[in-house]
Amino acid sequence: MSGGWRIPGRGAEIDRARPLRFRFDGRDMEGFAGDTLASALMAAGVRVVGRSFKYHRPRGVMTAGAEEPNALVEVIEGPQQTPNVRATVQELYGGLQARSQNRWPGLSFDALAVNDFLHPFLGAGFYYKTFMWPRQFWERVYEPLIRRAAGLGSLSGRADEGEYEKAYAFCDLLVIGAGPAGLMAALRAGRAGADVILAEADTQLGGRLLADLPEIGGQGARDWLAGVRAELAALPNVRVMTRTTVTGAHDGGTYGALERVGLHLADPGDLPRECFWRIVAKRAVMATGALERPIAHPGNDRPGVMLAGAIPAYVNRWGVAPGRRVVIFGNNDSALSAARALTAAGIEVAACVDPRPEAAVLEEFPVYRAAQVVGTRGRMGLHTVQVRHAGGLSEVQADVLGLSGGWNPTLHLACHMNGRPQWDDRIAGFVPREGMVRGLTAAGAAAGRFSTSQCLDDGARAAGEALAAMDMAAPEVTPPAAEDAPYGIAPFWAVDARGRAWLDFANDVTTKDVAQAALEGFASVEHMKRYTTQGMAPDQGKNSNTAALAVLADATGQSIPETGTTTFRPPFVPVSIAALGAGARGKGFAPERRLTSDAQTRAMGAPMIEAGLWYRPSYFPRAGETTWRESCDREVTMVRGAVGVCDVSTLGKIDVQGPDAGRYLDFLYTGRMSSLKPGRIRYGLMLREDGHVMDDGTCARLGEGHFLVTTTTAAAGQVMRHMDFVQQGFCADWALRFASVTEHWAQFALAGPKARDLLNTLLDQPVSAESLPFMACQPVSMAGVRGRLFRISFSGALGYEVAVPARYGAALFARLVEGAEALGGGAYGMEALNVMRIEKGFITHAEIDGRVTAFDLGMQRMVSAAKDCIGKPASERPGLMEDGRGQLVGLRPVDPSDAIDAGAPLYTAEAPARAASWQGHVTSAGYSPTLQGWLALGFLAGGRARHGEVVRIHDALRGRKLMARVCDPVFLDPEGRAMRG
Amino acid sequence: MRIPCPCCGWRDRREFTYYGHETFLHRPAPDAGAEAWDDYLHNRENPAGPTRDLWYHDPCGSWVVVARDTVTHAVAGGEGLA
Repeated sequence: MSGGWRIPGRGAEIDRARPLRFRFDGRDMEGFAGDTLASALMAAGVRVVGRSFKYHRPRGVMTAGAEEPNALVEVIEGPQQTPNVRATVQELYGGLQARSQNRWPGLSFDALAVNDFLHPFLGAGFYYKTFMWPRQFWERVYEPLIRRAAGLGSLSGRADEGEYEKAYAFCDLLVIGAGPAGLMAALRAGRAGADVILAEADTQLGGRLLADLPEIGGQGARDWLAGVRAELAALPNVRVMTRTTVTGAHDGGTYGALERVGLHLADPGDLPRECFWRIVAKRAVMATGALERPIAHPGNDRPGVMLAGAIPAYVNRWGVAPGRRVVIFGNNDSALSAARALTAAGIEVAACVDPRPEAAVLEEFPVYRAAQVVGTRGRMGLHTVQVRHAGGLSEVQADVLGLSGGWNPTLHLACHMNGRPQWDDRIAGFVPREGMVRGLTAAGAAAGRFSTSQCLDDGARAAGEALAAMDMAAPEVTPPAAEDAPYGIAPFWAVDARGRAWLDFANDVTTKDVAQAALEGFASVEHMKRYTTQGMAPDQGKNSNTAALAVLADATGQSIPETGTTTFRPPFVPVSIAALGAGARGKGFAPERRLTSDAQTRAMGAPMIEAGLWYRPSYFPRAGETTWRESCDREVTMVRGAVGVCDVSTLGKIDVQGPDAGRYLDFLYTGRMSSLKPGRIRYGLMLREDGHVMDDGTCARLGEGHFLVTTTTAAAGQVMRHMDFVQQGFCADWALRFASVTEHWAQFALAGPKARDLLNTLLDQPVSAESLPFMACQPVSMAGVRGRLFRISFSGALGYEVAVPARYGAALFARLVEGAEALGGGAYGMEALNVMRIEKGFITHAEIDGRVTAFDLGMQRMVSAAKDCIGKPASERPGLMEDGRGQLVGLRPVDPSDAIDAGAPLYTAEAPARAASWQGHVTSAGYSPTLQGWLALGFLAGGRARHGEVVRIHDALRGRKLMARVCDPVFLDPEGRAMRG
Repeated sequence: MRIPCPCCGWRDRREFTYYGHETFLHRPAPDAGAEAWDDYLHNRENPAGPTRDLWYHDPCGSWVVVARDTVTHAVAGGEGLA
């Protein structure tokens, strides 16, 4: 069967001087540069390219475009395996490897083809009816069985290693589709100086012109196209994007588009495989053309049955004959045109079958009028077509049958924002209404205007309207003269004859299935679709929707407009998840925020943990330590006994200045900050307006009108947003300004009894316990570098935090670590920091999780009674002050060898671990080497009155059960002697 | 969706953080009573049509009252608070 299918002198898009080798199902074959996989397979004489979804029937290429329901293949590129690739749009490249789908062991013999003989039992709803009983069979037997049989292509099971991109574009006018209408629209808008993007899914500009080759303005179609292409290329304001399918219409003139960048190349080099575009356009012209629809007749799915319009496309674009003898079966004038074009190309048209009684019969080929195709023969390839006509039944030998049931305007994009199209009797199809997508106008065949001349005129009109809407001058253009044949059609959907007639080839849905759905009450179009799965395959019903509607309308006795359509949703063609998620694989573009101490910290071997976008050291392992606990315990002991150093620069720092700064902070915090003296620091709580705690931190008054507030690391962004809202929304006229200075300062905590000794080795002017008391701050200098010193403690030990401009951070950290080590201390990480703050009962966002009030924390006295603040009125609602609410408590295991996990639920000691006896939960837990046991913080219903009680901790998730004693949340040094000393 | 920021012009909505209806700008007096506070905090219309809500432009720190339509998704405009 090799050779002999190419037509000499035809096929302008293939380069016969550049043969390309490829593999299909393990067989080496040859095509030409410019071929699609479908045209190359056709030229190689391959007729069966896949097996159907349900009945595993042999199937061949049916279309010449993205709507292909049958020729779905797997394309294999090294580790990459892409399923359900439409062979009709897969460009051929040297070394392409493709495999047919849904067959085992092979295409010519497929074991599951037995389904085809069982078809009387496998109709619509078969699964729902059959796999009901016995109930326990569902999970163990039926579901695995169905899963194995379902689906078409398969994945490699490995991660996609390909490169993908996403990009944004903006323009005045987006022209979607580069057929005659789109080209005229782009030309007119381009000449008018508008910023134009012309997006074309195909590799070439021209659309149907490439297949039909009509004469335009006295020129051949290809010559005219060459002129247009050159003019568009010369216009700097026009961007032509071929291989780019507009996939969706979205709000605000935004369109999604998928560009195949390197996918068609054997060696794409650095090019990404695909790029997903978001195009924002002031106006858009939808010149997407129309899709031909098949006719449902018995046996209409054999290899060799195609859309009539696809045949001239293969002949004229790729110079390949789909067969030697063709029968055309169509209800409209375009079918006749296709038959004439084939005759002109030297392909024998054995018959043209037209159900219309008035069809003309004076042609160069036999025409059967008032006739229908009622059957076909040829299991692995069509060889006989049965025609019923006034004279009886004829058998016509043919290896190709071209079907044309009319054309559906490709109006999917217009429906993406919930618009519904309207029925047009003139073309027996749905056409878009004006205004379905704001700013988008349909033109040409997409608007139901089918002749070449109408398309050219309509494209120019649509561009003119778009330009006018943008207040841009639209110079008149005279579209060239072209074929303007009237389009005659008599609606004809399904042949009334015995045998299965396919509507949806991809999902194996026949006319019987649709009638069956209606019979069983699934008469609404949306129900029919889901019951039969019509329109739910990769082609999304592009070939079958209208005919299925017509059959449903017939079965329910309604008109097609009354029946309505299903909803078209984006994307118009399948879009790989990898393209949508470009740049987001792994860490993607997520920024990393690194401490100034980062390099030394990593050099010291500290494992890093993420805190928001920050990376912070977990612990600093030393020789001989094999577990994190050993390091953590040693670091805690080090701080409690000597001195530790910790980078705390990640805390949010907001600099607030101005005469009204104090007044503003009074409104923001529960406590009063305006009464703070310069050089002093106060701990503060911020509430949300609904009365719950938003964040906590310190507020230092650096000068009369100058404050520095800190936030937790996690809530820095939220607090900044909140402060902006309060200021802009409620006190915009107050005299103050603030800015985040988090990154400007590197800040280190020094903690432990020797903290002051360490500090004074660095300060140009030493401090004493008296000169800088607890909760005071002052400017300092170290080797001439000016910084800030805060006497605050998050560990409960004697503590300072020293801040320097970020550029000195690394140097200061190195000195601090060196000095601390000389004093028997060292650096400590987040684990030790966490243990020490639990020992002291200090809260973090593990406690203030958004559901907690100041009352719950035992901090109600921090909400000043003397003034208003954000969140205060709501915090006083009775429900937020109830004694039964979860209140912050400490917990220690009754058996000292027990450990506690954060997140574990609390129950009363006597009650079972059931939801009904739930009493609260553990928020934080850690092992305290200081107190030689596990400590935990948590919220317990009415907990403040329950100190001393024993509660049950039953952590079913981690399988841990223990009893714990409730205590005050401050485990260590409740008077705060150490930090005040 | 794009939103006009009074500082930066029309920007993609991914640059914004949503808060809620502009009701949040009309804070009752502290002693306005439970009902007024309940309305302010929780009770909202769910309009099919024009609405005005608050968006924060993260890059520049501007709060914007955005006039938009929940049916057509059209954004009519935006004003800063201050």
